[in-house]
Amino acid sequence: MEKEEYLDLYHQMVLIRRVEERAAELYQQGKIGGFLHLYIGQEAVSTGLISARKSQDRIITAYRDHGVAINAGISAKSVMAELLGKATGISKGKGGSMHMADVEKNYWGGHAVVGAHLPIAAGLALGDQYQSTDGVTICMFGDGATNIGFFHEALNLSKVWQLPVLWVTENNKYGMGTTVERASAVSEIRQKAEGYGIPNARVDGMDLVAVRAAADEHLEYIRSGNGPFFLEAVTYRFRGHSMGDPERYREKDEIEKWKEEDPIGIFRTYLVGEKIAVVAELDAIEQQVEEETQEAVEYAESSPEPGAEQLFEHIYAD
Amino acid sequence: MARITMREAISQALWEEMERDEKVFIMGEEVGVWGGTYAVTKGFYDHFGARRVKDTPISESAIIGAAIGAALTGLRPVAELMTINFAFAAMDHIVNEAAKLRYMFGGQFTIPLVIRTPGGGGRQLGATHSQTPDAIFAHFPGLKVVAPGTPEDAKGMLKSAIRSDDPIMFIEHATLYQVRGEVPEEEYTLPLDKARIHRPGSDVTLVTYSKMLELSVKAADQLAKEGIEAEIVDLRCFAPTGYGACPGIIQENQPGGGGRRGLALLWCWIGGRLPNLRGCI
Repeated sequence: MEKEEYLDLYHQMVLIRRVEERAAELYQQGKIGGFLHLYIGQEAVSTGLISARKSQDRIITAYRDHGVAINAGISAKSVMAELLGKATGISKGKGGSMHMADVEKNYWGGHAVVGAHLPIAAGLALGDQYQSTDGVTICMFGDGATNIGFFHEALNLSKVWQLPVLWVTENNKYGMGTTVERASAVSEIRQKAEGYGIPNARVDGMDLVAVRAAADEHLEYIRSGNGPFFLEAVTYRFRGHSMGDPERYREKDEIEKWKEEDPIGIFRTYLVGEKIAVVAELDAIEQQVEEETQEAVEYAESSPEPGAEQLFEHIYAD
Repeated sequence: MARITMREAISQALWEEMERDEKVFIMGEEVGVWGGTYAVTKGFYDHFGARRVKDTPISESAIIGAAIGAALTGLRPVAELMTINFAFAAMDHIVNEAAKLRYMFGGQFTIPLVIRTPGGGGRQLGATHSQTPDAIFAHFPGLKVVAPGTPEDAKGMLKSAIRSDDPIMFIEHATLYQVRGEVPEEEYTLPLDKARIHRPGSDVTLVTYSKMLELSVKAADQLAKEGIEAEIVDLRCFAPTGYGACPGIIQENQPGGGGRRGLALLWCWIGGRLPNLRGCI
C-alpha cells in the first residue's frame, strides 16, 4: 500500500469511532430512536476487508453496519442522517441504524434478522457467477449468526454451487450477552466451515494490517474460481450489544484488557513504528475527523423528516 | 385457441420467457434432472442446461434467499417451492426480505422474483400438506399474490409476473394441473391487478379464485337449474388488487350488481381471507 492509502484507512477507522461516539450521545439525548449497535472496537475488521475489495466486489453485512457503511464509501453525513431518521439519510430515513445500503457503491446492507442475509449473499454471488463477472461477494456476520439455520443452508449452497463468496464471521465473543462457548458447539467458529468442505482461516481482527493481508489473499483465491472461503476474524466490541445493555455478562477487567488491543491504537503504533507516518500527521487526521463528524451531526439535525407520503413510497416497483 | 392443461400453460409461459430473456432462470428442488415434481419443467434441463435450470438442495431459506440475492443483481429468478407448505421454512425470506427490502432501503433495491408454488388440499396428504395459506401472504405490503384458476390466466399472468419488477407469490392449485382450457395461440400477457367476471348473473355473486372457481361454476350450473342466475367474480390476484381491480367491477352498470359485489367482497374481507381488498370496498 502507498502512504496515502494507509492514511486513508486510518482516517476511516477514526471516523467510524468518532461518528459512533457522537451517535451514542445523540441516542442518549433521544434524537436517535430504535436500536443502536456500535461497532467500536471492531473497526479493523471491516476497514481491512473492504479496503481490499475491487469495485465489482459486493459487500453485505448484519445490523452492526455503521462502520461498514463508512468503509463502503457512504459519507458520515448520510450515515448520521439515517441514524436520525431523516429524509437525507442513505436509506431516505426508512431504514435507520440497522438498514444502511448504497447500491451505487455495491453495498447491499445492513440486515437486521440474524443470519438472514447469508442466503441473500449466496444469491448476490450467484448473480455474478451466472453473468460471468469476476466479482466476489464479501458477507460479514457475527459469531451468533453461525448458530442459525440460514448460516448452514447458505454455506452448504455456496459450496455445492462453488459460489464466489467470502464468508467472514466477526467473532466478538458474545452473541448479545451469551458467550460463544455457551451458544456454539465449537468455539473456534471456522471449524464449522470444515463440515461444508470450505477452506478457512482465522485472523486477528484487531490488526488492520493482518486483516487486509488475509482479505487480499482470500479474495484472490475466490476470484480465481476456487469457490467460497471462510474467514474468522477474532475481535471484541468495547461497547454493549446495543445501547442500554447492562453488560451483566462480562467483567470490566475483561473490557479494559481488550482495550489494550484497540485496533486504532495498534494501527497508529504500526504507522509510526514503520515510519509510514509521523504523529503530527495522524493528529491532523483526528482533527479533520472531529470537524467532519461535527458537520455530519449538524447536517443530520438540520435535515427534514421524511414526508408523510413516504409511508407509501417504494412498496412496489411496478 | 388451443385447448391445453394448466400444467402445459405454465410450462409454456416459463419456456417462452426463458427463450425471450436470458436473465430468466429457474431454481428449486427437483426442477432440473427430475423435470419438476409436478412435471411442469419437464424437458427444461435438457434444453436450457444446468446454468438456467438449477436443482437446489432441500433448503427453502437458501432457495428464496439466494433467489432474492440473484434478483438484486438484475436477474429474474423463478424460484420454485415444491409445495406452499414449505414456504413456512422460507417465511423470513419471503415476508421480511423479499417484501420489505425495497421499502426499507428507500427504493434502492429491486427484486424481480417469482416464487412458484403448488398449493391447496384435497389429496389425502394430511394437515401439513393440505392447506391454503394464500391469504397470509396478502398481508405483507411489497408482495403480490397471484392464484389463477384457468390455463389462460395461468399462462398470461405468469408471463406478466416474470416481467414484473416486484416479488410475486404465484400459487398454483395442485389439483388444477390436469384441468384443460382454451389458451390463445399468439403471444399475450394479462394484468396482475385485475379481477374478472367469469360468468354474468343477476341474482347472486360468487367471489372466488383458483380451485374454487371450478367448484363455483358447478354451483352456478346447479343454481341455474333452479332459476337463479349466479355471477362469478374470479379474483385471480389479491394483493395489491384493491388498488384498481375491484372498483371497476363493483361500479359496473348492472342493476344491484355493485352493491351486491361490494357486500360479497366485504364478506371475504371480514372473513380474513382477502385482507387487501379493503381498498376497494
